[in-house]
Amino acid sequence: MTTRRLVVVSAGLSQPSSTRLLADRLTAAVVERLAGDEIETTVQVVELRDLAHDIVNNLITGFPSPALSEALEAVAAADGLIAVTPIFTTSYSGLFKSFVDVIEPEAITDLATLLGATGGTERHSLALDYSMRPLFTYLHAVVTPTSVYAASSDWGSGAEGHTSALGGRIARAAAELAALMVTSDRSTRVIDPFALPVGFNPVGGYGAQ
Amino acid sequence: MQFGIFTVGDVTADPTNNTTPSEYERIKAILTIAEKVEEVGLDVFALGEHHNPPFVPSSPTTMLGYIAAKTSKIILSTATTLITTNDPVKIAEDYAMLQHVSDGRVDVMMGRGNTGPVYPWFGKDIREGIPLAIENYALLHRLWTEEYVNWEGRFRTPLQGFQSTPRPLDGVAPFVWHGSIRSPEIAEQAAYYGDGFFANNIFWPKEHYMKLISYYRQRFEHYGHGTADQAIVGLGGQAFMSKNSQDAVRQFRPYFDNAPVYGHGPSLEDFTEQTPLTVGSPQQVIDRYAGMRESFGDYQRQLFLMDHAGLPLKTVLEQIDILGEEVVPVLRKEFAKNRPAHVPDGPTHEALVAKAQSAANDASLGFGATSSVSIDLDAQAVRS
Repeated sequence: MTTRRLVVVSAGLSQPSSTRLLADRLTAAVVERLAGDEIETTVQVVELRDLAHDIVNNLITGFPSPALSEALEAVAAADGLIAVTPIFTTSYSGLFKSFVDVIEPEAITDLATLLGATGGTERHSLALDYSMRPLFTYLHAVVTPTSVYAASSDWGSGAEGHTSALGGRIARAAAELAALMVTSDRSTRVIDPFALPVGFNPVGGYGAQ
Repeated sequence: MQFGIFTVGDVTADPTNNTTPSEYERIKAILTIAEKVEEVGLDVFALGEHHNPPFVPSSPTTMLGYIAAKTSKIILSTATTLITTNDPVKIAEDYAMLQHVSDGRVDVMMGRGNTGPVYPWFGKDIREGIPLAIENYALLHRLWTEEYVNWEGRFRTPLQGFQSTPRPLDGVAPFVWHGSIRSPEIAEQAAYYGDGFFANNIFWPKEHYMKLISYYRQRFEHYGHGTADQAIVGLGGQAFMSKNSQDAVRQFRPYFDNAPVYGHGPSLEDFTEQTPLTVGSPQQVIDRYAGMRESFGDYQRQLFLMDHAGLPLKTVLEQIDILGEEVVPVLRKEFAKNRPAHVPDGPTHEALVAKAQSAANDASLGFGATSSVSIDLDAQAVRS
């Protein structure tokens, strides 16, 4: 059976958190969708709360702790990423952004990514499109057209299957991510960390006169 | 195997009493530390180069020239010389001059610096950091190895028939190290020339440097300078010692917690576990550093950072005493054990002169390709 690697980054701070709840719903939907295509999914969840001190230390010292390093390597070698953050003061949380800031600039190029966010009211739902989406576009991730925002009221509304209800949005986003993951070979790529830039010459391009 | 001290030259407040040395006091302290390095029997003193406070060593050869006059045995080196923003012609002349002044006790470590604005301050573009390091060193290397140089590059005024002065002492250029913490291009450059590679591993975990150094060793062999285990490797280190390890931790903790580079970040315990920083008894430092060659292979130079983060001069001198009297003599024995005979010693001017003479003798006796000829062939292959 074919396998794909899905990494789930959740920036929820309380335990339990609605951010993690949304991340789990998205994950289950993606895994189910891929199973329908005869693809087995290995899931690794990264709870940023557990890595909060390590993330700040990385910002200060420039290197990740072993635990953070493992999380960063998992993200870099994934076929799909689900990234979910609470919306704080009109944008992704500071912890979420700090984690993104310690990802190597090229590490998530081509990575199929589904974005999710949670908040107290529906009024912040566009934060997904004006802050989260540009962040991942800058890093050259491939972001699904549908991203999922869950306000508190969403957890008690709408029948499953109705396209505007939370369940419907989750299903649509999961289908989009799963479709991108089917063709991904990212998790089997061998990356040479010492690959020299194309055309590199140890004496430079000039100076041979 | 060479042991020594390298300094960044930071002026930092002592967090235990909130006093800050003046620039004058700090500069004099660095000179005193260098003399101490010779007094306790260490081999190398290396000085950083910076152009922004709180760092003072903007003019390394001025300070190293003074130290040359006050010492007679130690090698004077840099950590690092900014190959990106200095004119390579001036580097060629400054360090050839220092070679004469110090009777050959000079080598140089090239680096790209850690302060972004230095590039624009010197009219350069930080995005060109690697190309500057590559091209400037290519010119420097020619200025030291060829009498008259015709040159045209991207980054400086062309040269026609230029001869740098003075010529290197005994016709042998100062040994060059290339320092890098993460760029394979610089490891490749060091390997291409058969120069040394210095990995300042004091702030990051060793796994990263094991891969980087292994890469340099493989490329050194690829370019025909010898086997991988003959490549010239230097490492950084950091220690604070006291007879009783708990005393060392107690004394060093306020300096660690407020240090400019890693202060207010990870705990002392985490940092000592993840990096070569060792805080404890001299025996703990011996055990930690005797184990370095397990990770990196037999190497040639171990430098320690000891005078930063506001540590007072008196403490620094005590630390260097412990290092020179109790730690390094044992490490010398440990590193000599089972060291293969074909692994080179740390580079010295005398050894380079002897090597150049034997190469010249071989050539005159018609022994065919000397190492310098094979290097030139490699250069052609790379350019074409």
